[in-house]
Amino acid sequence: MADVRTAVAGQADPVVVGAREPYGPRPRPVLSRRNIIVYGTLTIVALYYLMPLYVMIVTSLKGMPEIRFGNVFAPPVEITFEPWVKAWATACTGLNCDGLSRGFWNSVRITIPSVIISILIASVNGYALANWRFKGANIFFTILIVGAFIPYQVMIYPIVIILREMGVYGTLTGLVIVHTIFGMPINTLLFRNYFASVPEELFKAARVDGAGFWAIYFRIMLPMSLPIFVVSMIIQVTGIWNDFLFGVVYTRPETYPMTVQLNNIVNSVQGVKEYNVNMAATLLTGLVPLVIYFISGKLFVRGIAAGAVKG
Amino acid sequence: MNSFKALIAASTMLCTVGLAQATDLEVTHWWTSGGEAAAVAEFAKAFDATGNKWIDGAIAGGGNTARPVFISRITGGDPMAATQFNHGRQAEELVQAGLMRDFTELAEKEGWKNFVRPASLLEGCTVDGKVYCVPINIHSWQWLWLSHKAFEDAGVPVPKTWDEFVAAAPALEKAGKVPLAMGGQAWQRTGAFNVLIPAIAGKETYLKVYQDKDEAAAAGPEIAKVFKAADDARRMAAKSNVQDWNQATNLVITGQAGGQIMGDWAQGEFQVAGQVAGKDYSCLPGLGVNELISVGGDAFYFPKLKDADKTAAQEVLASVMLSPETQVAFNLKKGSVPVRGDVDLNAANDCMKKGLDILAKGNTMPDPPRLNTEDTNNQLNDLFVEFFATPSMTPEEAQKRYAEIIAAAD
Amino acid sequence: MANDAPGRPNSLFRNLNAKIASIPMIFTALVVFVGGTVWTVVYSFTNSRLLPRLQFVGLDQYERLWSTPRWLASIENLMIYGVLSLIFSLTIGFVLAALLDQKIRFESVFRTIILYPFALSFIVTGLVWQWLLNPDFGVQHLVRSAGWESFTFNPLYDQSIVIYGILIAALWQGTGLVMCLMLAGLRGIDEDIWKAARVDGIPMWKTYLFIVIPMMRPVFVTTLVIIASGIVRVYDLVVAQTSGGPGHASEVPAKYVYDYMFSAQNLGQGFAASTMMLVTVMIVVVPWAYLEFGGRNKRG
Repeated sequence: MADVRTAVAGQADPVVVGAREPYGPRPRPVLSRRNIIVYGTLTIVALYYLMPLYVMIVTSLKGMPEIRFGNVFAPPVEITFEPWVKAWATACTGLNCDGLSRGFWNSVRITIPSVIISILIASVNGYALANWRFKGANIFFTILIVGAFIPYQVMIYPIVIILREMGVYGTLTGLVIVHTIFGMPINTLLFRNYFASVPEELFKAARVDGAGFWAIYFRIMLPMSLPIFVVSMIIQVTGIWNDFLFGVVYTRPETYPMTVQLNNIVNSVQGVKEYNVNMAATLLTGLVPLVIYFISGKLFVRGIAAGAVKG
Repeated sequence: MNSFKALIAASTMLCTVGLAQATDLEVTHWWTSGGEAAAVAEFAKAFDATGNKWIDGAIAGGGNTARPVFISRITGGDPMAATQFNHGRQAEELVQAGLMRDFTELAEKEGWKNFVRPASLLEGCTVDGKVYCVPINIHSWQWLWLSHKAFEDAGVPVPKTWDEFVAAAPALEKAGKVPLAMGGQAWQRTGAFNVLIPAIAGKETYLKVYQDKDEAAAAGPEIAKVFKAADDARRMAAKSNVQDWNQATNLVITGQAGGQIMGDWAQGEFQVAGQVAGKDYSCLPGLGVNELISVGGDAFYFPKLKDADKTAAQEVLASVMLSPETQVAFNLKKGSVPVRGDVDLNAANDCMKKGLDILAKGNTMPDPPRLNTEDTNNQLNDLFVEFFATPSMTPEEAQKRYAEIIAAAD
Repeated sequence: MANDAPGRPNSLFRNLNAKIASIPMIFTALVVFVGGTVWTVVYSFTNSRLLPRLQFVGLDQYERLWSTPRWLASIENLMIYGVLSLIFSLTIGFVLAALLDQKIRFESVFRTIILYPFALSFIVTGLVWQWLLNPDFGVQHLVRSAGWESFTFNPLYDQSIVIYGILIAALWQGTGLVMCLMLAGLRGIDEDIWKAARVDGIPMWKTYLFIVIPMMRPVFVTTLVIIASGIVRVYDLVVAQTSGGPGHASEVPAKYVYDYMFSAQNLGQGFAASTMMLVTVMIVVVPWAYLEFGGRNKRG
């Protein structure tokens, strides 16, 4: 197995593309005009991208009076963590006053099985499409890609009917199925492209050795597809964690995910809008995907390179 | 065999009624703001006191977010035990599809007809002679809320009628005030227009248009006057840069705006801000022109359930919601009027009493959700959201489209 | 080897495994996407209100749809938004990727900063930008209090520019991903190309424009699919940021569909609108998808 992988690494294929050095022109002296332009532009862009995050954090640490009279960019005069506590533990939705905390665990319980199952299925799909094409496979795949363009709202009703007929409406199983279905187009596309770029010789050798569909998948394809698994995982975790529509329509109140609770907190109509609590709640909800991005950013680009370059 | 089955069924029923086991009922609604949640808590408290348990299923973001969820759950075969709708035509089809429970028996036993007032409320719950929902409160739309501070600052007396208000607008503007506060959301635009109809054109025209769907009336001179008034309102509200209704109310409370056309739920906002009716603000029912209020409100519907215990508990919940004590406790928190004519409301404030008076005189009419389908209401929303945001759209042009919507409505 | 399997029609039993493995995909494609679409199209010819029912009314729903000013406005808004969004996200994404590809220091820091908004949902994005563009608190307030009293930048309350307010938020959220895709594409270009270009004395911008970009076609295709599918589906962002207002200035088709299906309780009208969306998508996507993925001789 080990030598097989070495052989792969030796090939000029996208698996290792991300690990290569950048191909742009050579570096110039430190303070050249070009460097100033490049770094200057990037710094301004970076500041622009960071600004909303900064505003969210700053606002979430202010008290309400300060928000009303100050501007959004000013740092807090008096730092308070009350909005965070309130958003997490005491903000009310109807009669339930436990903030986002309950939704957090629901989201975890929804996200983990959905991500695992949807990625496994998409990877097998991609593998079958890339390496074992059967008659009509491409038609199904084309339908799948076109399906990526269908607005989710349009599918709500048919899916209610499908889930009802399967008898899983309102259950966690039902929600996992829905996430698997809607994550399928983009993830299948990524896996298909990735597996298609695996060198032919490798696959042929395995076939000569008598390995079948599943043997090749588990012993050759799976071990070398870490980058694309990371990409797929990131896309799915963010997508599923951030999902509001399916979470609210296909579950019951006890299992509402965090985004539904965020909506409840943010959209409370009466009284003064508590922007600080809203921002804290927003940040708390976005925390899991954000952390995943910050940790796995490098792997993400490498994986994207592998899945997207070959069309 | 059959008698055996019957015996089991009978004994099950006996058990459920006799033992009154604690049953969990999931109740869904879209009341999530402070006052609303406090009101719901009264329901929950009263229901829990019967030995059952209220499981709260609140969804924020208003009816438009919550209703699709409710409907999907009911049609998806995983219904809640009870759910809020505005009574009228929102749940009509669910009833027709046989998904909702018929409460006629309970209603007759408890004599709902005798104390629910006005009678039209119960009619809103009735389909083909059968009662399918429990009306729980009365809300009315036809109120003009005026800020005394704003008029003082502008140096003009607080108006008593809509016309005086329009006449005072330039003075308000000169003093740097927004004459009319109005949130940007569609329902507030349509709501304001629907309030102008009976005030300007009278009840008869209102009913002709919305009840009889009379196209000629909708295109006629009376409604043209209403559009003229809406044009005034549009000019007066041009600088009101807010979205939510309570933000608009807040402009009135703080004296940044002269007035707002909004339902009686705005009352709660003034109360929270510690303002006193007659001193800090005025309320003019029917815009001070025609003292007429529409009667609408919320109701609870009960989907058919398979579980016998829960089915029995649904009845308990229905009668709890209508019991005199719960009605008073709930409505005082909610800022609405109880549906029972036989309860004591000394705790009500001045504006609420004005409303009760009008109600007692019978100067009422059904509100648009009862008369129009949601589809028609949505088309009206589309029209008015455009009209109020587009100064270049003439009243005549808008009226033409208005008449088309009414003509197509059913 | 991708050609081996279809090239050998007798290898039926080996392909059986692939077929079994593809059952979820086939189910999704046929039952959910095709089935759901057909179902939607059929019911768009009915007068279904709250619940779907088969009472056919011919083309009534479509006639009403195309005479509804809000729908027409939605289409127009989506076109403007779509074209601008495509141009800007491709351009900005590519330029940023090219900058990051200059063998710079702190590449991963810049990359992470530009990419992180992609982790946030549209609801969050919409709320933050609503907050930032609020005339009384946000950018306009800041510039005015810095001394420029007459400065006006109030996109969320101005009908003529509200769509740009949404565009700003959408670009903030989405360009990071485009940049990543482009960067991946640039890294796939052979260094010899650059060497050759330098030897021939071709200026850098020309190398990018006429040599590198054409070589990156597959990346552009994937990116285009991702951006375009996002444009067609734009909904949450608009709802969170402007609720479609002021007037109909930021209404989009997906919102029309949702509003009519659920809040107006007129499924027939909602289905008619979604059918129109689907037809448009089909006209654009199917020929491309077929050429790209459906051709028998094409390799992956």
